[in-house]
Amino acid sequence: MATTTLQKKKPISPMHSTIGLKLMMAVSGLFFVLYVLLHMYGNLKILSGRAAFDEYAHHLRILGEPMLPYGGALWIFRILLLLALVAHVYSAFTLWKGAGEARSHKYAVRSAAAATVSSRWMRWGGVALLAFVVFHLFQFTWLQINVGGEFSSPAARVVAAFGVWWLTLIYVVALIALAMHLRHGVWSACQTLGYTSTARARRTANAAGIVLAVVVAGGFLIPPLGILFGAIK
Amino acid sequence: MRIKVRIWRQDGPAAQGKLVDYDLDDISEDMSFLEMLDVLNEDLNERGVEPVAFDSDCREGICGMCGLVINGRPHGNTGGRDGEANTTTCQLHMRSFADGETITIEPWRADAFPVIRDLVVDRTAFDRIIAAGGFISANTGSAPEAHAVPVEKKRADRAFDVATCIGCGACVAACPNASGMLFVGAKITHLAELPQGQPERWTRVQAMVAEHDADGFGGCTNIGECSAACPKDIPLDVISTLNKDLRRSMLH
Ligand code: HEM
Ligand code: FES
Repeated sequence: MATTTLQKKKPISPMHSTIGLKLMMAVSGLFFVLYVLLHMYGNLKILSGRAAFDEYAHHLRILGEPMLPYGGALWIFRILLLLALVAHVYSAFTLWKGAGEARSHKYAVRSAAAATVSSRWMRWGGVALLAFVVFHLFQFTWLQINVGGEFSSPAARVVAAFGVWWLTLIYVVALIALAMHLRHGVWSACQTLGYTSTARARRTANAAGIVLAVVVAGGFLIPPLGILFGAIK
Repeated sequence: MRIKVRIWRQDGPAAQGKLVDYDLDDISEDMSFLEMLDVLNEDLNERGVEPVAFDSDCREGICGMCGLVINGRPHGNTGGRDGEANTTTCQLHMRSFADGETITIEPWRADAFPVIRDLVVDRTAFDRIIAAGGFISANTGSAPEAHAVPVEKKRADRAFDVATCIGCGACVAACPNASGMLFVGAKITHLAELPQGQPERWTRVQAMVAEHDADGFGGCTNIGECSAACPKDIPLDVISTLNKDLRRSMLH
């Protein structure tokens, strides 16, 4: 039987290959992990009282003074986060498109054997997280969505907001989405970076994904749930 | 046993295909899956219907020629989750199916593996990936003494294990992204573990990945369906080795 030679597209450089894009996704993703851990630590300050929480928010802004201007360190971090977000979303959508084109004719019968629920939700779950981040910024950074009233103290804002059940519900759903994203994302990033070349390392990376997902979702949920059920005032 | 098969029929690469149902009344459970299709084809021949085209060669699980997606699983494999070890379609037996069952049979689905006819796909893309870098260069003439280059036992074992890949394409068929990374990973790991593979190690990985992407395979998302479908149980960690080699190649 005669075989065909596909028209070669222009050669792909390593950084623009599918693996290069995944590297971009892994590095930016691990930066997000660092960020959510710091953010979670900050949120948990509310357990030490409103003053401790507000003081932490204030310290974030004077961090690095007088070497840096007021809010300087915070802005550096925000710019890095924004760059990471652009890289993460760009690589995700490019690979999503490529995967769709790689199988234009779908199977009549599909049956998954190894896929975890988390792994199947990475793309739409990521879109949901992005939507949540926008909502979250409108609420606590730009102060455009004021649930429970307007206050100048960050702690007062948080306590008033999470006293409202439906707002807490939005955060519960978002954190479940985040936990799922981390469950597969951490393992996948380790694999993409080439740290899982043995069966044992693979199990460790998977366990790390689960632990991080539980710790982050649990840690972030303590303040909202504590406030809703009156344990944190 | 009596079974009903729903088979993808497609007259040629550009033809519109569809699933067609056939009833088989007298199938022995000791038949292999391909023998079951042979029985069907004899029957179709007698009735003057065009027989079902499918690939096979060795029929003993070593050549990688056969390959059908059976009830949504390449070669019917689930990575042991159904209590059965992975195998090739030619080594799958009808006793794995229930009497009266309806079995859906589709070709590998990937744009990089275009359908030629019915269940036969063109897997030349794998040959192109190998041609791009899946080799070592050696001088012709007198062969060097085989034991002249010592190989660490652990590395030799891993190289052997991943070299069992028969290039059937089940990994691509199983992958939600139609990615060929398990195949490329197996080939890269095989040569990267051996001293003979070192001189071309960094150019090899770049060339093979570039060819893989240019052929229209998708990117890997580390879901693991490939390994679960692999008749040779190639583990996912070859993809980690591949990723690491590509990353390191950029610094060379
Ligand atoms: C229950 C969980 C959460 C609470 C209570 C919470 C609370 C807050 C608060 C109060 C701020 C404003 C900080 C300030 O005023 O300085 C903030 C900022 C932010 N949060 Fe959250 N957050 C939560 C979860 C998340 C999650 C899951 C993400 C997504 C990964 C996230 C991403 C962000 C981002 C991107 C900012 C903006 C940082 C900036 O202002 O530059 N947050 N969060
Ligand atoms: S026909 Fe050779 S492996 Fe199945």
